[in-house]
Amino acid sequence: MNTMDRRRFLELCGLGGGAVFASALAGCSSLGAAKSADAADFYFVQLSDVHWGFRGPENPDPTGTLPKAIAAVNALPRQPDFIVFTGDLTHTTDDPEERRRRMAEFKGVAAALKVPTVHFMPGEHDASLDRGAAFQEYFGATHYTFDHKGIHFIVLDNVSDPGARVGTEQLEWLKADLERQDKDAPIVLFTHRPLFDLVPKWDWATRDGAQVIAALMPYRNLTVLYGHIHQEHHHLTGHIAHHSAKSLMFPLPAPGSQEKRTPLPWNPAVPYQGLGFREVDAEPRTARLAIQEFPVVAT
Amino acid sequence: MKRRDVLRCLGGVAVALPLLELGVGHVRAAEGEGRVIELEARRFRYTPNEIHARAGETLTLAIRSVDFVHGFSMPELGLRSDLPPGRVTRIRLADLPVGRWTFLCDNFCGEGHEEMNGMLIVEA
Repeated sequence: MNTMDRRRFLELCGLGGGAVFASALAGCSSLGAAKSADAADFYFVQLSDVHWGFRGPENPDPTGTLPKAIAAVNALPRQPDFIVFTGDLTHTTDDPEERRRRMAEFKGVAAALKVPTVHFMPGEHDASLDRGAAFQEYFGATHYTFDHKGIHFIVLDNVSDPGARVGTEQLEWLKADLERQDKDAPIVLFTHRPLFDLVPKWDWATRDGAQVIAALMPYRNLTVLYGHIHQEHHHLTGHIAHHSAKSLMFPLPAPGSQEKRTPLPWNPAVPYQGLGFREVDAEPRTARLAIQEFPVVAT
Repeated sequence: MKRRDVLRCLGGVAVALPLLELGVGHVRAAEGEGRVIELEARRFRYTPNEIHARAGETLTLAIRSVDFVHGFSMPELGLRSDLPPGRVTRIRLADLPVGRWTFLCDNFCGEGHEEMNGMLIVEA
């Protein structure tokens, strides 16, 4: 495995510094053109780790941050084709009624997005205490696929099992889905936890993630987008790039940088520091993605 | 008494031998277990959550979970075990290397799950 810093990855992609992060559907090259006739360029937005219901000094605006992010997305000059929330829509609670109340509230707030197509997936805070039961009541399946303009998207659930396993059944489902794809097909896989062992002592891993990655390896133009770690991070397992997204509630420390993964404190001098969302520009015909990060509040 | 032995070689550094026993009464050392340290796993805390040992020491953690199938994971030493409630799960650590080794619950157990962790401190 190979953890990259942003500068190195940009250099690999020949881009230099700047806000645009080119990835890795094709490992920075142009392979695997989408064969679909409607393979036009498009972009989508990834939002992650909203933790609706969280209360703490790490975010004195817990009910205002998501609406601000939604306002920022709605104000984009051209609207994305779709939005994806990569888990931890709600902050965990031991009370099943409160869990459902938080999900209903979150869903109501998210309904302010102008884009009609929104894909949801659970994080462990949503799903690990009831194996995804409440999530499914409000948002539907916890793993599924969809296709858009020549790119195949896979949503993988590595949180409904409280032990952070994808599990044999879902792994077989994944393999069967991949079997139907061309080895050069552009594929984006969304998941919540990192599939690789980022920092297992912080629970930043998937227990059977190595089996998932082994199943992904034959696919030459596959990128993983995930959440969970509340910060932008970029990593390669072989030719497969994994990009984590920022949170919309509180940032967490850099991987392994301290003994415990305690949330970073709110900075009153720079409100919403470390929080944000991302645009993902897709070029299906060249199998390229470009990631651009946005803050919650423009500075 | 049902026992299950799992032997894992950890690169010549440590050997873990998780054993499950019915959790009745006081935990006693068996042959080869070294020093036995009793722990309780309860939402959302291990008690004790700080353990001290000497380099090269062999010790056995005898962990009694009281309310959930918590996990006990020491990823840096390459071992983990589920902790079924109502039993004592014994985890043998041999030839401990110097360092501060985090242990954590890796089965999501509730609101305080992310704080359920501890530290094995091995000194020269």
